[in-house]
Amino acid sequence: MKRLAQLSVMLGALLLNGCGGNDAYNRGVYMLLDTSGTYTLELAKAQQIINYVLAKLGPTDSFAVARIDTGSFSEKDIVSKVTFNDQPSQANQQKLQFRTTVDKMVKTVSPSPYTDITGGLLQATEYLNERHPGKKTILIFSDLKEDLKAGFVRNIPLKLDGYEVVALNVTKLRSDNVDPREYMERIKQWKAKVERGGGKWRVINDLEQLEDIFSG
Amino acid sequence: MDTSQLSLPFPQQPLLSILVLFLVASVMLYFARRPAHYFITSLSHALHDVLRLASESLKGATARLAERNREVLLAQGREASEHIIEREFSRVDAALQRDMAEYPALQRQLTEVITHIDEDYQRSSEVPPAPPGWTKAVAAVAKIPSAEDPMVVEILRGINDALVKAHDKAVSEYRNTIRERHTLLKAMAPDWRKLRQVLEAMGKRVDSLMDRSKTIDRHMDEYEAIMRGTDKAQRSLSSSSFTQFFIAAFVLAVAIGGAVVNFNLITRPMQEMVGGGSYLLGFKTANIAALVIILVEVAMGLFLMESLRITRLFPTVGALDDKMRRRMIWVTFIILLTLASIEAGLAYMRDLLSQDDAALVANLLNGSQVAISAVGNRWITTAAQMGMGFILPFALTFVAIPLETFVHTSRTVIGTLTVGVLNTVAGTLHVLGNGIEYGGKALINLYDLVVFAPLWIEQRFMARRTATATAAAEATAEVKAAEDVASAPQEEPQKEVYEKEQQQEEKDQSIDLPHGAWGVSS
Repeated sequence: MKRLAQLSVMLGALLLNGCGGNDAYNRGVYMLLDTSGTYTLELAKAQQIINYVLAKLGPTDSFAVARIDTGSFSEKDIVSKVTFNDQPSQANQQKLQFRTTVDKMVKTVSPSPYTDITGGLLQATEYLNERHPGKKTILIFSDLKEDLKAGFVRNIPLKLDGYEVVALNVTKLRSDNVDPREYMERIKQWKAKVERGGGKWRVINDLEQLEDIFSG
Repeated sequence: MDTSQLSLPFPQQPLLSILVLFLVASVMLYFARRPAHYFITSLSHALHDVLRLASESLKGATARLAERNREVLLAQGREASEHIIEREFSRVDAALQRDMAEYPALQRQLTEVITHIDEDYQRSSEVPPAPPGWTKAVAAVAKIPSAEDPMVVEILRGINDALVKAHDKAVSEYRNTIRERHTLLKAMAPDWRKLRQVLEAMGKRVDSLMDRSKTIDRHMDEYEAIMRGTDKAQRSLSSSSFTQFFIAAFVLAVAIGGAVVNFNLITRPMQEMVGGGSYLLGFKTANIAALVIILVEVAMGLFLMESLRITRLFPTVGALDDKMRRRMIWVTFIILLTLASIEAGLAYMRDLLSQDDAALVANLLNGSQVAISAVGNRWITTAAQMGMGFILPFALTFVAIPLETFVHTSRTVIGTLTVGVLNTVAGTLHVLGNGIEYGGKALINLYDLVVFAPLWIEQRFMARRTATATAAAEATAEVKAAEDVASAPQEEPQKEVYEKEQQQEEKDQSIDLPHGAWGVSS
């Protein structure tokens, strides 16, 4: 009888622990916003994307928005972060608060002289690894032109196993127009860097195709 | 030069190469002919036997299954027929009890009406007026000769007046009597109508009983046919099972559609109750919770139907005593009512939550700071959702009826389909076995066709050797015969000639069919 009780307890624990875990089903999204130079003018588009992502995310999903500036490998660059409540109505309230915070940031942001994308990626992986979501997505809203301050070491291999890295609104620079090979080479380098780290790389420039982010 | 030409003995002459290769292959195949024939024959026989055995085994299993299907079908038909006959008898019993209980009253009513009519009839009979007794006296007075005598005249006038008065009185009385009779006859009309109505009611009841008795007779005929296990009864039951199976499947599909609608009505509010992001066994907990509620409703519906003895899926419920059964009816009904009320509430909550969600999406995507204003006719959808949330649980209760039919008929349908599949497989195996056996024979013939050249040479060689041996034997026999003739007198010359002819015939046959030519038996 005692063994039967022990077996029942074990089975119950297995059911609750093994089958009831939500980590495998929720989603974690980390969005990097490039605030360097003239790219700050593009932040209105970033707001649309953030709102779209908020509308798509559900209970227990995690979402964070962070700046890409001179040194992005820092918690201080995280503008807002949230893990939504299990109750959808509570999650809706959190989404509204999140949106308000981002709107404030967009209004007050000042352009940064340098662009540390790799640091932002490292910060994103750190944040998402702590949350243990089932699907991990990093959105990079940037022209992908990395410009590091002297002394910053970013030649670090990324660990992006299980990550999907999506570059959004990769605008063409003036120099790209002169020599498009620069633009293509830039994207190619980032693709190689992400895929070397085990991640999956995508580029979405047409913001009307945003639903592709959550199609998988 | 391609790779295919490299393997040819004469690459420059492909035809010659092919011919040489063919001859070499023929020779090699000729030497391997006996074991190859043996191998092909034994393999084809083995496969044929295996497939035949499998086919026979399947046929046996099919026959057993068909017999079992027949038994089950007849048993189900017998049970259903018994149930119908029992129900018909109980109806007849109820009708008889009801009608027979009323019968004394009806009889009394009839007797009263008839007595009343009889009395009225007696009273209405015409009584002939009494003949006047004094007419003879009047006739005597009238014969008095002195007619002019004033006395007589006065007497006669008096008599006349008296007669007129008596006549008037008699006529008046007669008229009164006639009036009374007419009144009585008129009063009989309602009694006649009532009598007719009572008789018609009785006639209808008798007709109803007669109809029921005919129905019972029909069911009894079917029952007897089932008990006899006739093929007609089996075909009828089988056809009925298939029809009922498909009808039940259709109704179940409709019910599943209703359950899906019900599920969607309560899923969203269940997310608020059990969480929208939790999963159990790979499914959202809210979905599982909604499904459980619907399944509980279906289960309660099943128990309610069982308690009402509409279905017979659970014999235990059907066997409960009436008091317990009635309790169970009330308990299941109250649970269903509670669940239906909860669903109506959840449907209302769903409407509110969907409005919130729509407002949030509009806020996020369109930048509107104001929530979507309530549309004027919004209450219609809210009421419709609540109504569906309340009604669907009760509608799902009736799933029990098609479910019972589906379960009962699926045994017959699956059994029949299985028999069909097994028969098809058995037939296929049988055909395949025969095909392999004849294929083996054809392969042997094809083999001999490929090695026809060595075989022809062998045939010629054997024929020549046989001919030489025969010639030597004949020469020896002739010498021996000459010696016998010389040493003995002639005995039965005709017989000897006949034997020689026979030997010659045998010799000819042995030359025509040499050893090992063309036959499988070689």
